[in-house]
Amino acid sequence: MMANANTGIKASDIKFDRYRFDVVVIGAGGAGLRAAVEAREAGLRVAIICKSLFGKAHTVMAEGGAAAAMGNVNNKDNWKVHFRDTMRGGKFLNNWRMAELHAKESPDRVWELETWGALFDRTKDGRISQRNFGGHEYPRLAHVGDRTGLELIRTMQQKIVALQQKDAKEFGDAEKYLKVFPELTITSILKEGEKVSGCYGYWRESGEEVLFEALAVVLATGGIGKSFKITSNSWEGTGDGHALALKAGSALVDMEFVQFHPTGMVWPPSVRGILVTESVRGDGGVLTNNKGERFMFNYIPDVFKDKYADNEEEADRWYKDQNNNRRPPELLPRDEVARAINAEVKAGRGSEQGGVYLDVSERLPAEEIKRRLPSMWHQFKELADVDITEQPMEVGPTCHYVMGGVKVDPDTAAAHGVPGLFAAGEVAGGMHGSNRLGGNSLSDLLVFGRRAGAGAAQYVKSIRGSEPSVTHKEIEKAHEVINEPFTREGGQNPYSLHQELQNVTQDLVGIIRTENELRDAITKLESIRERAAKVTVSGGKTFNPGFHLAIDLENMLLVSESIARSALNRQESRGGHTRDDFPKMDPEWRQFNLLSLWNGERIEIIRELAKMLPDELTNLFDQEELKKYFTEKELAKGGS
Amino acid sequence: MTRKVKLRIWRGDSKDGEFKDVTVDANEGEVVLDVIHRVQATQMSDLAVRWNCKAGKCGSCSMEINGKPRLACMTRMNMYGDDETITVTPLRAFPVVKDLVTDVSYNYKKAMEVPAFEGPTDLKPGEYRMEQVDVERSQEFRKCIECFLCQSTCHVIRDHEENKKSFAGPRFFIRIAELDMHPLDRLRNRKKKAQEEHGLGMCNITKCCTEVCPEHIKITDNAIIPMKERVVDEKYDPIRWLGSKIRKREEINYWR
Repeated sequence: MMANANTGIKASDIKFDRYRFDVVVIGAGGAGLRAAVEAREAGLRVAIICKSLFGKAHTVMAEGGAAAAMGNVNNKDNWKVHFRDTMRGGKFLNNWRMAELHAKESPDRVWELETWGALFDRTKDGRISQRNFGGHEYPRLAHVGDRTGLELIRTMQQKIVALQQKDAKEFGDAEKYLKVFPELTITSILKEGEKVSGCYGYWRESGEEVLFEALAVVLATGGIGKSFKITSNSWEGTGDGHALALKAGSALVDMEFVQFHPTGMVWPPSVRGILVTESVRGDGGVLTNNKGERFMFNYIPDVFKDKYADNEEEADRWYKDQNNNRRPPELLPRDEVARAINAEVKAGRGSEQGGVYLDVSERLPAEEIKRRLPSMWHQFKELADVDITEQPMEVGPTCHYVMGGVKVDPDTAAAHGVPGLFAAGEVAGGMHGSNRLGGNSLSDLLVFGRRAGAGAAQYVKSIRGSEPSVTHKEIEKAHEVINEPFTREGGQNPYSLHQELQNVTQDLVGIIRTENELRDAITKLESIRERAAKVTVSGGKTFNPGFHLAIDLENMLLVSESIARSALNRQESRGGHTRDDFPKMDPEWRQFNLLSLWNGERIEIIRELAKMLPDELTNLFDQEELKKYFTEKELAKGGS
Repeated sequence: MTRKVKLRIWRGDSKDGEFKDVTVDANEGEVVLDVIHRVQATQMSDLAVRWNCKAGKCGSCSMEINGKPRLACMTRMNMYGDDETITVTPLRAFPVVKDLVTDVSYNYKKAMEVPAFEGPTDLKPGEYRMEQVDVERSQEFRKCIECFLCQSTCHVIRDHEENKKSFAGPRFFIRIAELDMHPLDRLRNRKKKAQEEHGLGMCNITKCCTEVCPEHIKITDNAIIPMKERVVDEKYDPIRWLGSKIRKREEINYWR
């Protein structure tokens, strides 16, 4: 179903809008907007492409907060502690350089937002308040109630507007340097030789085609959740950037690691999967099964035994005195909690609707719950008729985040193998290793969004004088991709194929995986791919969701295949990848990252050696702890 | 429990359109958006509707349901009777693109007209200190998810295209109020601008906007009325007027 360039239409006969920019940022969530600001401030002309309206990207749904070791609530916190927590959360498969940059730079990125007008909740002494979250040793998440993502996106949206207002004043043209393209989907990255020369897509509203000539393209397209049936992601999470990178010849890293957030809504069915923020547990919510047992005490893995309380008394004391008590196990990293809930439900100890209970009503007074968790209160009240100030919620795992993504250079966010291509945010891989800590996503967006903008700007300046140009052949190929669903025959319905795909990934590539199921999944995905090549779209091109889905379906197929093949290859369990047939975490496997490459017909998986941490970073850990993750040989040899 | 429901959906484009009646399944606990999606998947694959988060957080699925501006993702089907036909139409204040999708670019133009936050020049990032009680007033307005329901329901522009040029609408009144109440914003003439440049005076506080706000922001009581009162003070208090002339500082603010 890849584009066939031989259908005869010539570039000169194709109608398209044409724009020229230095940098095109695909995606207008946190990472994309931060990248755009940086590239603009470096003096470049920047386009921001939004798949939906400006300000609606999925970042808006982030609830809990942005992790940054500012030390406002507990002054023992610093970047080293944050770095350690992040590496532990990712089971040491993280790209250590990314984790280091992230821990060091996130406080500056959060403070910078304040200067752009963000209004975070405050501490008593007037600084930015910070809340507890799973896997973070100290209260670390800058937040605004439980709508932090909205604050982030709105702040950056307004920063973009502020920059445009400045340009209007100075140059008489608000869009001279920064232009926002709402409701536009990019379907192809264009290259001349090795280098990026632009990208091509269509206006969702009119269906008309658009060519962007650009020297650098930043992918900031977010996640892949719509490949799964139960997900917290919106329709936009179709892995567009992942697929664009693959097709442009770049590589994805560690795609087997998919985060199932432990707490999604389970009832009513129509809202199944919608996120219930981890803040509920951070603020004292406890998980119980249908016997009323606080089951998380039974699921503390060995590697975390010294950090988490093994009895209710100590866990409860921790909320008042964090220095002398271990943390409650409800605040274990997400992968641990999701597996525990899954196991309780499978053992028949689940709630009425097939989840478990999450209760914050006994910990906090009603008014305090409404103040700290307003949108949770609202969401349960209006969608499920549950008053969380009086009753427990029913929750279960939901596909939330992909740790895997485009392989990038940590410092510049340059995508592997394609000069001019950059990636930041969820679409980039490596930062979170095998499992992301809550709160580390919003800070990731800011830190690496900025770095991608700077990286792209630096690259653009470096190739001045030898700029690539868009070839006719590339335009013809890109035009073909968009028009295929209207011209081919076969009558397959994109909606039913999408549902089938979601069932395959949910059932066979979900929280718990086995070799047989993964093989089965790959076969089934191939069959869907064959039929997807026969999808036909009815109606015209004007705002036609059937057409939009037909295009997105291709991306979801590529991403799902990448996840399934990567998962089949990794014969161990680690973070967001659990193999029933290889239940143990194995230091031998920590030495490898798995790269996904597209060969034009299928995804190939290549093992690549993961780099060892340098000594100054390994020295931040106890030798005994490192032994749980690294091979003896690695530790003997020392840092890289 | 599945039941059959009747929907009357407006279908068309900027030129022409008509109502289409459909009967479709609705399951227990569903919202109007679920049912519209089912229509899309089974009967009208090209039915245009905007949506994103499906959890009342992004403000994309704004439309009019039985004539009332609402978020389709937060409107439960059980609000309506078994035999009731539910009528879904696009937002009335904005031009139709297709079916339930409207051209909301008016709002983005108005956003461009509101001067941005101007922070203190003597504080570095990380040095801002603000009390929770002082940020809470602005935080209420920053809950806005930009669904533009308030804009669509506001009678100043709902059926009066001619007012759009000089009227920013409730969404941007709370944006101005938010900046005006921001403890560290330096720009001092926001209320006056609201009156003179953004059409605050055209609002006659019927509170329709507050009624439809899915975030329950008290748009009229907490943003519009306080700004109007202060603008009135500022404009007609002769001593203050004189003071501002003597000091020749238009942007002086007496309420800080």
